[in-house]
Amino acid sequence: MEDKKIFIRGNEAVCYGALSAGARCYFGYPITPQSEIPEMMSKAMPEAGGSFVQAESELAAASMLMGAAAAGVRAFTSSSSPGVSLMQECISYMSGSQLPAVIVNMNRGGPGLGDIGSAQGDYYQATRGGGHGDYRTLTLAPSGCQEAHDMMIRAFDLAFKYRNPVLVLGDGVVGTMKEPVRLWTPSQINSHAAASWQVSGAAGREKHVLKSLYLLDGVLAAHNRKLQEKFAAMRAETEAECVETADASLVVVAYGSIGRIAKSAVRLLRSQGLKVGLVRPITLYPFPDKVLQDLAEHGKKFLTIEHNCGQMVDDVRLAIRGYADSDFHGHMPGAVPAMDDFIGPIEEAARRTA
Amino acid sequence: MNATPSLPGLVEGEELIFSPPRSLTPVPTHYCPGCHHGVAHRLVAELLDEMGLQEKTALISSIGCSVFSYNYFEVDALEAPHGRAPAVATGLKRARPDCFVFTYQGDGDLASIGLAEIMHAANRGDKISIVFVNNTVYGMTGGQMAPTTLLGQKTTTTPMGRISEDCGYPMRMAEIISGLDGTVYSARGALNDAKNIRQAKKMIRRAFEAQSTNSGLGFVELLAGCPTNWHMDALSSNKRIGTELIPVFPLGVFKDNGFAESGKGGGK
Repeated sequence: MEDKKIFIRGNEAVCYGALSAGARCYFGYPITPQSEIPEMMSKAMPEAGGSFVQAESELAAASMLMGAAAAGVRAFTSSSSPGVSLMQECISYMSGSQLPAVIVNMNRGGPGLGDIGSAQGDYYQATRGGGHGDYRTLTLAPSGCQEAHDMMIRAFDLAFKYRNPVLVLGDGVVGTMKEPVRLWTPSQINSHAAASWQVSGAAGREKHVLKSLYLLDGVLAAHNRKLQEKFAAMRAETEAECVETADASLVVVAYGSIGRIAKSAVRLLRSQGLKVGLVRPITLYPFPDKVLQDLAEHGKKFLTIEHNCGQMVDDVRLAIRGYADSDFHGHMPGAVPAMDDFIGPIEEAARRTA
Repeated sequence: MNATPSLPGLVEGEELIFSPPRSLTPVPTHYCPGCHHGVAHRLVAELLDEMGLQEKTALISSIGCSVFSYNYFEVDALEAPHGRAPAVATGLKRARPDCFVFTYQGDGDLASIGLAEIMHAANRGDKISIVFVNNTVYGMTGGQMAPTTLLGQKTTTTPMGRISEDCGYPMRMAEIISGLDGTVYSARGALNDAKNIRQAKKMIRRAFEAQSTNSGLGFVELLAGCPTNWHMDALSSNKRIGTELIPVFPLGVFKDNGFAESGKGGGK
């Protein structure tokens, strides 16, 4: 793909990023606000020599993803909140069976059917594994279309590097807004030795068996210890954007589209003389707790802003425990916030710190 | 891959005239005495050998007693969530069209929790093969009612016998699957006697040829005994298949689109 900028939606940026990353299978099911992804992949995948299947359900889409991942092929699916709930079965199996796959969630309002607008109510689900058992998925949170594109490329590499599902957690805003996006293709794709484990026919080698069932006493314990070591190793991938935090007395913590809106509010208040900064977690799991802890040790106060009723604020409080606490402002799912909605809460938190 | 195991006691001058299939791993199975999974495994493995498929095969195992089939087939394998084996097979086949992909599923897995997945895989005409073992109960979890449980049959969740008013009727999957346009072969055999076993092998071959000729989905249902959960000895269990199961689940080929045979000894 050429190195150029085009004006596209976040959902389209996801598709371009996946194709540049070498994805050759897509399985999905229609749901708003991400249906542009299956629509675009239905044309682009066959053109790229890959495979597209509109699955009969999100259960089946995630199962197909598992099959393609087991084959060592770069594959992904996408959905929005209610659909991602249905995918949790296979996400747990894929983590347990150590299979690399990418799942995109354009988060919408919940619980239940909720609405079709933007929200961040799936933070817990995304960062705690989401399905049954002790597992985690690396979770990347784009704040716009360029990041959505770039994170797909990174997500595939991380999935194969750690042999684990990777979530790209966007939302309705990221999925449906249009921005100029620079398309680029990585100079090389690292298979991370997928041939050493993939199910592709055992010609000339021992058979490969990919599974998550371990019944003998102690064997599952050993498997879980190995997985936990892997999840701990993922900490090397932690990333956050820090804006004017060095001299700030108040640090706002917000992710995704909300992090971007909060950044505008922080910049405006800075121009008015308020000593406020922003930490925008880019990886939600692993969470950038060290960044926040360091700021807390320097006496900062904190305000967490989310498009939900309070989820990431738990991780912020865990990160800064012993040094500080965090205020919380939750913009209820059901309405998209504007920058003005955050000015008051930030000023109020700043006053409390004064 | 394991070569054919050398048999102990073979001395000079003696000739090996028979050995287990290469596609079976030479280990004891966990299956109960009188269970027919061993027979089904044997037939499948013989066909993988005869059709030259072993080295390109991906087995999708399912949830139930046969989850451990990957310990017994000497092929690459993946363990699918309960009922999802056909969707997993679809994904793997689409990712690697050169692989020979088959699922091995029981009746609870395929006909209950996985009904949507098998119906849609068949309807799409995915080039995969399905080996469906129907013993009318959930075996591994202790003999509960399955969609295929016979009316009046006592199970651990139908202690008074299956009553249609409460639990509906036995589902005839081979007939249901044959009604979908993407299915190119669907048949039902039984594993209770030598004649039926020979016929079943021909049916499995045909279900495999549906894929090896790139024609569509091949489906074979095998009536099998579960002496443990039927509370019978092995011989009585074999007899029950003939006297009680076959009258409800008739044997035969319900669909064969006439796609080409591959290799010798095709099983029309």
